[in-house]
Amino acid sequence: MLFPSWAFLLFLAVLVPVYFLVPKRIQWIVLLLANAVFVCFAGVLGAVFLVVTVITVYAATRMFDASFARQKETLAAMKATHTKEERKSMRLRFEKRRRIVLVLTLVLNFGILFALKYGAAIGRISANLFGTEAFGQELALTMGISFYTFSTVGYLFDVYRESIPAEKNPFRLALFTSFFPLLVQGPITRFETVGRELSKPHSFDGRRFLSASLRIAWGYWKKLIVADRLLVAVRTLCAKPDAYRGGFILVEMLLYAACLYADFTGGIDITIGVGEMLGVTVEENFFRPYFSKNIAEYWRRWHITLGEWFKRYVYYPLSVSKPMRDLSKNTRRFGAGVSRRVPVYLATILVWALTGIWHGSNLTFLVWGLLNGIVILLSEELKPLYARFHVRFPKLTESTFYRGFTVIRTVLLLSSLRILDCYDSVGKAFSAFFSMFTTWNWGAVVNGGIQSLGLSCTDYAIAFLGVLAMFTLSMVQRKGAIRKRIMKRGTVFSVCVLLVLIGTILIFGRYGFGFDASQFIYNRF
Amino acid sequence: MKRKGFTVIGILLCCIVFSGALYAVSRLVVPKYHDTLIEGHLSGEYYRETTDHDVLFIGDCEVFEHFSPVILYNEYGVTSYIRGGAQQLVWHSYGFLEDALKTETPKVVVYNVLALKYGEPQSEAYNRLALDGMRWGKAKIGTIRAGMTEDEDFMSYVFPLLRYHDRIDKLTKEDVRYWFSDGDPVSLKGYVMHAGVDPATEVPQERYDPKLPESSMAWLSKMADLCEAHGIALVLIKSPSIYPVWHAEWDAEIEAFAKSRGLRYDNMIAENDAIGIDMQTDTYDQGQHLNLNGAEKLTRWFGAVLKNEYGLTDHRGEAAYDADYAELTERCEREKLRLQTEGN
Repeated sequence: MLFPSWAFLLFLAVLVPVYFLVPKRIQWIVLLLANAVFVCFAGVLGAVFLVVTVITVYAATRMFDASFARQKETLAAMKATHTKEERKSMRLRFEKRRRIVLVLTLVLNFGILFALKYGAAIGRISANLFGTEAFGQELALTMGISFYTFSTVGYLFDVYRESIPAEKNPFRLALFTSFFPLLVQGPITRFETVGRELSKPHSFDGRRFLSASLRIAWGYWKKLIVADRLLVAVRTLCAKPDAYRGGFILVEMLLYAACLYADFTGGIDITIGVGEMLGVTVEENFFRPYFSKNIAEYWRRWHITLGEWFKRYVYYPLSVSKPMRDLSKNTRRFGAGVSRRVPVYLATILVWALTGIWHGSNLTFLVWGLLNGIVILLSEELKPLYARFHVRFPKLTESTFYRGFTVIRTVLLLSSLRILDCYDSVGKAFSAFFSMFTTWNWGAVVNGGIQSLGLSCTDYAIAFLGVLAMFTLSMVQRKGAIRKRIMKRGTVFSVCVLLVLIGTILIFGRYGFGFDASQFIYNRF
Repeated sequence: MKRKGFTVIGILLCCIVFSGALYAVSRLVVPKYHDTLIEGHLSGEYYRETTDHDVLFIGDCEVFEHFSPVILYNEYGVTSYIRGGAQQLVWHSYGFLEDALKTETPKVVVYNVLALKYGEPQSEAYNRLALDGMRWGKAKIGTIRAGMTEDEDFMSYVFPLLRYHDRIDKLTKEDVRYWFSDGDPVSLKGYVMHAGVDPATEVPQERYDPKLPESSMAWLSKMADLCEAHGIALVLIKSPSIYPVWHAEWDAEIEAFAKSRGLRYDNMIAENDAIGIDMQTDTYDQGQHLNLNGAEKLTRWFGAVLKNEYGLTDHRGEAAYDADYAELTERCEREKLRLQTEGN
């Protein structure tokens, strides 16, 4: 069920009133049933994998809870009768059992994700290597598996670390795992926030409903007016890497940057809006990312929940793990700087390699992830140099011009890296990128080239105005959330804004007969 | 409380303005089918009729370009209307018949069988040509549901803006001229005149299934049931043409069907000589469709059949019909003159 489909709107139109009309104690059951319908709509196989995740994570977390309780009891009983060493040994035995269960659960759940995400690619590689028939070509990602696996595994880690208690009701865990708006393209949420809130009773609030509708409409506006329009040109450019080179690549980079932003943030707006409509607060996934002054900052503001997940469950544990500490110790002889950097560098590169792999099975994603990590580490290394530059030219670096320069530089750098997302091989991506410096064809780009990308002049004008609107709104948002300001001006004004959004979507959106209802770009990850 | 009342009124006003604006935009972007693609105008013109009809023709281009209600009235006193359209498939024809029976009960319904060779929806564009002008009701809903292609959705028929919003940058003067008006009729009681001559040369060969699709035969059967229920004589015809080829196996199947249901079936291709059709002079597109000359010959021949076989009343001399058909005859003459001067 695509967000931009009548089926989804009908689904929502039925669910929302039913959800608020039923007794509060069974609201969460209604939501669970709605999730089941949504998941089954996408395919029964996906539902089976989701159930497997719920069952295994539930069993593991309940085992952790029981193990912690037994460990406490046993150690308390041993306190008077056993030595410290014996108590430590007992604690380690408990820990070992929990670790085994953790590893098995991770292997199973990541195994499913891995098989679905990389099975077909591995089949093709092995077929090329050994000349056999490619296996696993029928494997494909099921609805939301990348997102719910990460969310649920996050919960598994939290319980394993005793940060939170395990949920006793497996159906409430299922409710969290399968919460339908999150299955389309995330964000990756935490059980402690979204999971707990989903189970709480919620009352209908007209103002919240209106505010949520505004957010949903804005999401559709970005998706249908800007993203799906620009996607036509981006697809045309990507499909013919030999024909579109030089200046076209810069056009492609910029169009893709705008398209991806409108697509991903549009989808997340719909997700958060749907959550809000049901009384559930879903984490924000963006914070005006294209206003970042460097890549590290950008990644703190783009797909925030994925970055947070890797930081919380991979980067920090890895940085302070025993092997890393040992490595740091062993490299002390090369100097304090090296010893301090090695664990950070390794953890950073590993996290970025994983981030790349998370995005897809193609080698381009791995290279994209690694390049992001390298750029971030380089920026870190260059920090002292920047600091000296700031001290030397304080007026310049505090000027609007310089801030603008850093923002544009970051967007261009990011867009350059994203070229890897547009092609199916690293070679094609690099060749396309470097053609910008070797092929000077701006005449062809301007004289009919841009018009050959499947968009009319009106399309470009609408897309340009759409991007301008998004940009302006981001600027205005710096002084406070725009929705709050709209809502403050009264219900009638808010309704007017909502109707204008809906009206412009209906007239200028790309949908309906002759247009492929396109899934969100991040849904394929 | 007072404030709440103002809010409700404010919201209602917003919604009314919004709906009005959307309606206006929707009217603007919907194709007008008046100066171009006039086949799309035909289905809506039926509702302008002020008199009823003894004969209702239904079917595809082989009826709306082959029969002239002006000749039928002026020479036989038979009142008629053609509810035909471009590639009008059998479920469309059934829908138009069902729709017409809400307001009148003709004595004879003439159905051209060529479209029976299509058992599946063919094209969204032709669906739109047939259905955009049809008045809303049970018949239209049923026809949309029966004929939608895979990529279509029902909502876009209810709210045409959903289908045609992408025409916003392709609007022409025609769209503005007929924004809120349907303009003059483009047909003569459903008949579209062509005056050119393009002789038939050779018949392209095509592969075909010797059996007509079951689904289309089922619709034909429903049509026969509907006529029977209303006491209407259903006449099946195959209008003269060289291409698309009307194969012998199909002819035999329709003949058997007609026999089993006690219906009259006229394969007019076999009567070409009797009618006087000459595909060197009476076609404007190499034998696919008849021109004015051919249509007049065919109508004269078939008018006699209808008059003799079904004892239809001669309405000439009845004031309402005379006035109606006098105006139609005048338009017909103007159209002939226009075609002669402008070419076809």
